Amino acid sequence: MLGSILASGLAAGAIYALVGVTYNTMFSTSRVMSFTSGQLAMLGGVFGSMFMLKLGLPVIAGFVLTLVGCAIIGIITEFVAVRPVLKNLDQHLYVLSTLALALMIQQVAAIKWGTEPQPFPKLIGWGSGVWDEKFWLPVVACAATVIGLEYLYRRTLVGRAFLAIAEDNFAARALGLPERNLRIASYALAGVIGGIAGFSGGELLLAFFANGALLNFYGFVPVAIGGLGNNRGAIIGGIALGLFQQAANFLVGGIFSSVAVFTLFIVVLLAAPRGLFGSATARRV
Amino acid sequence: MTSVTVTPPRSEPSAFRAVLPQLVPFLCVFAVAMILPFVSNDYWALIGTRAAIYWVLVSGLNLVVGFAGHLAIGYVALLTLGAYTTSVLVAGNVMPAVPVFAALPIAAVVGAVFGVVVGLPALRLRTFYFAMSTLGFATIVTQIALAWQSVTGGGIGIAGPEFPAPFNTAWGYYYLCIGLAAVSTWISANIAHSRFGRALVALRDAEVAAEATGISKPRMLIAIFLLAGALAAIAGGLFASLQTYITPDAFTFDLSVLFFIAILIGGRGSILGPLLGTIILTILPELAAPLAAWSTFLYAVLLLVIVLVIPGGIAALLDFRNRRPLPSNRAILPRPAALGDIVRKRAGGKTLSLRGIALSFGNVRAIDGLDLDVAPGRIHGLIGPNGSGKTTTLNVISGYYAAKGGTMTLGDDALPPGMPALRAARGIARTFQTPRVIGEASVLQNVMIGGTIEGEASFVEALLSLPRHHRDERMLAAKARGLLGVVGLETLADVRADRLQHSELRFIEIARALMLDPDFLLLDEPAAGLSADEIDRLAALIKAICARGTGVLLVEHHADLIFAICDQITVLNLGRILAAGTAAEIRSHKEVVSAYLGA
Repeated sequence: MLGSILASGLAAGAIYALVGVTYNTMFSTSRVMSFTSGQLAMLGGVFGSMFMLKLGLPVIAGFVLTLVGCAIIGIITEFVAVRPVLKNLDQHLYVLSTLALALMIQQVAAIKWGTEPQPFPKLIGWGSGVWDEKFWLPVVACAATVIGLEYLYRRTLVGRAFLAIAEDNFAARALGLPERNLRIASYALAGVIGGIAGFSGGELLLAFFANGALLNFYGFVPVAIGGLGNNRGAIIGGIALGLFQQAANFLVGGIFSSVAVFTLFIVVLLAAPRGLFGSATARRV
Repeated sequence: MTSVTVTPPRSEPSAFRAVLPQLVPFLCVFAVAMILPFVSNDYWALIGTRAAIYWVLVSGLNLVVGFAGHLAIGYVALLTLGAYTTSVLVAGNVMPAVPVFAALPIAAVVGAVFGVVVGLPALRLRTFYFAMSTLGFATIVTQIALAWQSVTGGGIGIAGPEFPAPFNTAWGYYYLCIGLAAVSTWISANIAHSRFGRALVALRDAEVAAEATGISKPRMLIAIFLLAGALAAIAGGLFASLQTYITPDAFTFDLSVLFFIAILIGGRGSILGPLLGTIILTILPELAAPLAAWSTFLYAVLLLVIVLVIPGGIAALLDFRNRRPLPSNRAILPRPAALGDIVRKRAGGKTLSLRGIALSFGNVRAIDGLDLDVAPGRIHGLIGPNGSGKTTTLNVISGYYAAKGGTMTLGDDALPPGMPALRAARGIARTFQTPRVIGEASVLQNVMIGGTIEGEASFVEALLSLPRHHRDERMLAAKARGLLGVVGLETLADVRADRLQHSELRFIEIARALMLDPDFLLLDEPAAGLSADEIDRLAALIKAICARGTGVLLVEHHADLIFAICDQITVLNLGRILAAGTAAEIRSHKEVVSAYLGA
């Protein structure tokens, strides 16, 4: 049983962590938390299943097209729900605009794709039991994404520009960084990360429209635990959440695991509103 | 109708006339609801009943979302809870069966308790975080309903409660729901138009200022979460009966979306707007079959359009009064002489003393061993270069910062560090460097907020519109009008505050602070942005306030104003006292002149 807990916990945790990183990637360049994060991961599964099972494309082509599709949705998020409300960020209208867009995505998926969970194809076919690919694929995808992001942020000019904007938007603009284009790029990147989460977790979560809302919540918990904008915190928080949830799932049963996760979320937020790895509160007066 | 309260009455007949234009739309909606049975069929009875039930929930949720500004997007959870509680109690599959009219109040109590549980995170979390926590709650309630088969019937479901005659026909039940909807409207309107409703809006738009007037955020929020939870659970019970049979599938997240979006489409801070929003959103999917399948998509599009194009919602579209232009050549003409009729004269005696106050931010010593005495009936000036710790001192006194060292006393009593919401009760009022007023409320309402803690009626009394509540409202409105006269803004009393000029906002803040009849008034750069004439009038006003026995602590950069009216002056530099004494002493103080005033 320990093996099952570890395998499914790490797999679910990796997916949650990736959705958390999706939140953070959008947040870093725009200071906006978007309800489309979980929907992107849902689309990763739906697109993957659509391209490979419905249209019969090979895995590589299906993977690339899925990521392209998710990147486009990410960019649409920026244009439709983020850019128009950035002017007065303090009114928090983004909560509503991104919620509206997320609902639209979910509804279109429900109507065009169907409201029943649909199968996701086997991608490679290695391993069985607790070593089944549906368990290790998300973990590998998460590790690869982390390494890729580290490379991007530390070794490339674009990545450093992302960091500069995340650190201090005004200073970065004063230095002449193309803030708007970088923001669009970061939303495309967030789309890709969300797509990877959904695609790698497709065999575990299936292609199901309601995954969007679920992942919105389970992906936000690591962000809340790890502190907003902190990718390391999101990864640790995501893995911890996955293990915690699956342990509760195996030990006390399904409903109590969701109650436990919800309680954990509320307790962490009330005890440390900025997250366990977050920074101090801003000045009010 | 974006405004938070109807203008409270000075005498009864005129009160009725003032309220009437705002009542008419509600009476029209009610009249249409009453006529509906005679002009339509059972199909419309179902839709009408559904709209009425939704409104019972939305009327309470509106106080949370529209007034308090908390984005509770998962309220379907409380509808579910109410539906199952009522059904289970009536079915008697857990304990002896209960008649439905007893089950509904029990469900309301359960709903109220869980309303607080769902709402509690709002005390610390805002916006997205709170939205997420309500979303999470909505997810787990459905899962529990599915899994707890012995009670809820799991996926198979449970029969909804049946109401006795005459409510067991389509139209009979319709009238019952319309009646309850009317009561909910009345209750939520009473709260919205009370000092509690104003306090909620104050916490939403000017939280810091609300704390300074003594509004306790936890108490306010818990009260409305109780109410909203109870109404949602009652709506749930009615919903279960309308459905005749409930399964977890009946409570989709789409319902939450409908409730939430009805309020935003209606416009925040309004009751009529969300009412119309609820009716529109309930009817819309019925107009055409494709609309029904795509209803959530449609709601989402509406939400996006509202957010991006008309953030004020229907209420802003209907708010004709605030589109009339204001006179452009208006002047603020305070009448300090009238102060005596309104503000209680202070016996005086207590002195506000600071001894050795110290506070650091990181390695910066913002205040370093400050001694200060503000005596009643005197004006104490606090001056110094930028960053010398003047505003920080005010913030320590009003409790926004807790000093790391030193003591504060008020007369013989110690003034505890921190706890800004307790300052108003101790007679300390203040204004802010950047005026913190509620843009969406009228000038009069902004001033009335200053007197929130003076009200005597409890939340329940306000909810039921009992006499004590009316007495409070009359007292607060009369006093606020009087004080607007004192600061010279009475002609603008009914105008939305965000339409005013900066200098007028400064005087509103002073009027709001005076609502407390303060022993001590802390003014943070009240003359900044005022014209020379206005500064002279401000000086006369401050002197008059002081003459009533109030001690004034004045932070200012206008040296002329300081030297003209202050009895005592303390000069700060880098958090330390550079000099202290009378105006004449400071004016000739060598270091002050070289460091700050200039030769």
